[in-house]
Amino acid sequence: MATTEEVKKLAALARVEISDAELEKFTSEFDAILAYIGQLESLEVAQSAKGGKPPLRNVMREDGQPTPAGTYTEKIAAQFPFSAEATKGRPEEGVYLEVKQIITHD
Amino acid sequence: MTNPSTKPRDLRPNEMTIVEAARALRARELTVRELWDACATAAHAKNPELNAYLELFAADDTAIELAQKRIDAGDASPLCGIPLAIKDNILIEGKIASAASKMLENYTATYDATVIKKLKEAGALFLGRTNMDEFAMGSSTEHSAFGATRNPHDTSRVPGGSSGGSAAAVAAHLAIAALGTDTGGSIRQPAGLTGLVGLKPTYGAVSRNGAIAMGSSLDQIGPLTKTVEDARILYDTIRGIDPLDSTTIPDGLYSARQTAEHLRIGVPRHLLGESVNADVRAAFDATLAKLEQQGHTLVDVELPTSGHALAAYYVIMPAEVSANLARLDGIRYGHAARGAALLDDYLLSRTEGFGPETRRRILLGTFVLSSGYIDAYYRKADAARAVLRQEYEKAFESCDVVAFPTTLSPAFKFGEKSDPVSMYLEDIFTVTANLTGMPALSAPMGTVERDGKALPIGIHFTALHQAEETLFTIGNAVERSR
Repeated sequence: MATTEEVKKLAALARVEISDAELEKFTSEFDAILAYIGQLESLEVAQSAKGGKPPLRNVMREDGQPTPAGTYTEKIAAQFPFSAEATKGRPEEGVYLEVKQIITHD
Repeated sequence: MTNPSTKPRDLRPNEMTIVEAARALRARELTVRELWDACATAAHAKNPELNAYLELFAADDTAIELAQKRIDAGDASPLCGIPLAIKDNILIEGKIASAASKMLENYTATYDATVIKKLKEAGALFLGRTNMDEFAMGSSTEHSAFGATRNPHDTSRVPGGSSGGSAAAVAAHLAIAALGTDTGGSIRQPAGLTGLVGLKPTYGAVSRNGAIAMGSSLDQIGPLTKTVEDARILYDTIRGIDPLDSTTIPDGLYSARQTAEHLRIGVPRHLLGESVNADVRAAFDATLAKLEQQGHTLVDVELPTSGHALAAYYVIMPAEVSANLARLDGIRYGHAARGAALLDDYLLSRTEGFGPETRRRILLGTFVLSSGYIDAYYRKADAARAVLRQEYEKAFESCDVVAFPTTLSPAFKFGEKSDPVSMYLEDIFTVTANLTGMPALSAPMGTVERDGKALPIGIHFTALHQAEETLFTIGNAVERSR
């Protein structure tokens, strides 16, 4: 049985919030889903199926034909939710994505 | 000028298939502009009721004129000048691609998905972006942040999902054909519930570059069309290896198998117990009987682990969802709320941006990957997946395709499956093809009646990796039998 505390903890790990109003419903639905996927426990898997070579593997290729720098900058920057105030009105300094200060000195 | 004597049927242009429209365009019975206008007019008229499209694009005059010129010059591309509907999780440069989520409501695609690039090269036109369950998570479009889509066959019922908008658009003749994406049945289930053909190609057959990722070991882009031949045309156009998607595969990666003129149809009767509606089962048996009359043979196959496929899927898929959707953090694009500290920025943006089902699956994915549970859930599911694949490969030693009904029942009513597990059961027959990576196709197999309305249902076939051709063969046989 999942508890509301566990669901809250998962939400914090996943960086979403579940409001108190939703919490009971979310927890009971979560329980129902876990009960359903819990049927995997009864599945016996032969050792050969566990250790085998996976049918899919990563495919690597050499770097090559890089897109010239700046090709997509403007298009991507147009999607920034917040552009840096610091360079507003000074396009020659380029476009900067604004984020909060992470390290403080206090 | 139209000449009725040369037309196979008296069709309005928007009601045509790709094949019919391509022929009419070349016979000068129809111009590209007339075809576009017929589709766009129908879409504008019917969309307020159906909510199939989240946005209808203005006519691209340059593209329409260019397509007409190509046709006039004898261009053979069957998609030239054909108006298509595109699911809202496939990027078209300069257009919003929201995945039906508030998270990406304001996101404009900065590039064309590879499939869009290929369609543009083929001369296809884009009518609009279609509604879906948020981030393709759902089987009814009820999880769209912008309202559900209605099934054109009965507007009190869902069109299926997650590609429900694409399905409704084609079924109501608001587009000639459409693209969807399929992670656990999201093309085939809505195709089944709206009377269309839907194809989930082999894993790696079609590039996902520019498709908003859900479950990366499962996702494929594919067609929703009125006929099997149309599905083949779209598939042939969008498929192929792509340096921008390292999971795409070259032709002939899996050894091809010669199939006889008549196919061996594997039927896992042990899986078709009481859960399949009686009239759906009867239609399935009748369709198989007609295929037998055409000379195809039925073979009993055993797929013992299939009973665990949906459970395995609901471990693997949310695990991948939780990883893929971690990129949506309110920093670089999409919904961006701002709080007191950086962590609040993430929390607020994601909580406001994601709907309940999306959050539910992110939590589930976080849970099954967490230390202490990963062996019990994720690794077990991954092992089940390997076993399923072996069982299917074994079954294909005695048959060429495996047949199921696409769904247990016809389209359900809005709100009918309000608990998550009952909604998840919609995909019970379709998820296995995503887990094994095998191609699968749903084709219409008639209708069943509910509340006085005839509702379409589909028959579902799976084939070996890269054996799409076999699926088209059996799909054509189903069409002939109707």
